[in-house]
Amino acid sequence: MDLKERVERCLGSDALSVTEYRGDITVEVPRRRIITVLKKLKEAADLEFDFLTDLFGVDNLDLYKKKKKKKGDEEEAEKGAQEPQPPRFEVNYLLQSLKSNERLRVKIQVPEDDLEVESATVLWKAADWPERECFDMFGIRFKGHYNLKRLLMWDEFPDHPLRKDYPLEGKGEERHFPVCEF
Amino acid sequence: MGIEAYVGGGWLLTKAEQLINWGRSRSPWPLPYGTACCGIEMMCALAASYDMARFGAERPSFSPRQADVLIEAGTITKKMVPVLRTIYDQMAEPKWVFAMGACACSGGVFRTYSTHQGIDDIIPVDVYIPGCPPRPEGLLYALLKLMDKIKGDHPLRKKVVEALGASHGS
Ligand code: SF4
Repeated sequence: MDLKERVERCLGSDALSVTEYRGDITVEVPRRRIITVLKKLKEAADLEFDFLTDLFGVDNLDLYKKKKKKKGDEEEAEKGAQEPQPPRFEVNYLLQSLKSNERLRVKIQVPEDDLEVESATVLWKAADWPERECFDMFGIRFKGHYNLKRLLMWDEFPDHPLRKDYPLEGKGEERHFPVCEF
Repeated sequence: MGIEAYVGGGWLLTKAEQLINWGRSRSPWPLPYGTACCGIEMMCALAASYDMARFGAERPSFSPRQADVLIEAGTITKKMVPVLRTIYDQMAEPKWVFAMGACACSGGVFRTYSTHQGIDDIIPVDVYIPGCPPRPEGLLYALLKLMDKIKGDHPLRKKVVEALGASHGS
């Protein structure tokens, strides 16, 4: 049985969509079920995704708007504006099975007004730093992470720089520190 | 004979200064501070084929307290700024600084939220080395420039003036 079918059978109704693009399989799951889903994928005998390669956030701000603009169809755009927009943020989990060397991407959507996701550190220690990075860059909080501090920026940094509405040059933040005078 | 006799570049003072400058300019022990790709080029300059030791930069000193020249090779992120300043403060006088590469001089291609735009507003820089990255020859040239600079220095005259200022004050 190919991977897609096995994933679908393992997750059942938790798999909102399973898409295949050039041999890579992406499965989208509900946000609140993420740990259950990952656990299932990790432990199912015919899948055994036992290795977390990476975990990262995505900011889709303006992505859907731009698509509609390109069409140039105003009626369509208006209709689009009334449609509920997909949540702004995503968190992607890249899994690998060291046994069968298969890979899988698990995706959850995170709305802007509720940036909380269960931490995957209960399943993989490797989720520690990627989750901290994701928190640092996007402000997504991982519930149950034992040390959710900024990873790349300094502790007092006020913003989340990989968000699309944050300017590349920054907003003039500087790190302040005491200088010893002679 | 008081120390006043030496002020104004007398023969003894001049000769002593020359001796000190000769010694200093021929033993600028570097502190390698490679934070990015420029660091690789610096290592190359220190290694056998370019052999910076020829000019007296004999021993890369990994302790700031035993180093004379801070070679800042690479990007300085804003998070790194206090570390760089602390390291500079820990170096004993006399000390000199190279800003190696576009990143250290001006932030280079990284005009971003995380990169400090040039190290010269944290610490004083003696020689700027342009390039992305500069070739090892660039670093050697900077070292020769620094040797010239040291040779024109007046280490004792400053001390004498300071001492005189202090004694006049009391
Ligand atoms: S100047 Fe160029 S080579 Fe040097 S650290 Fe910056 S990007 Fe790297």
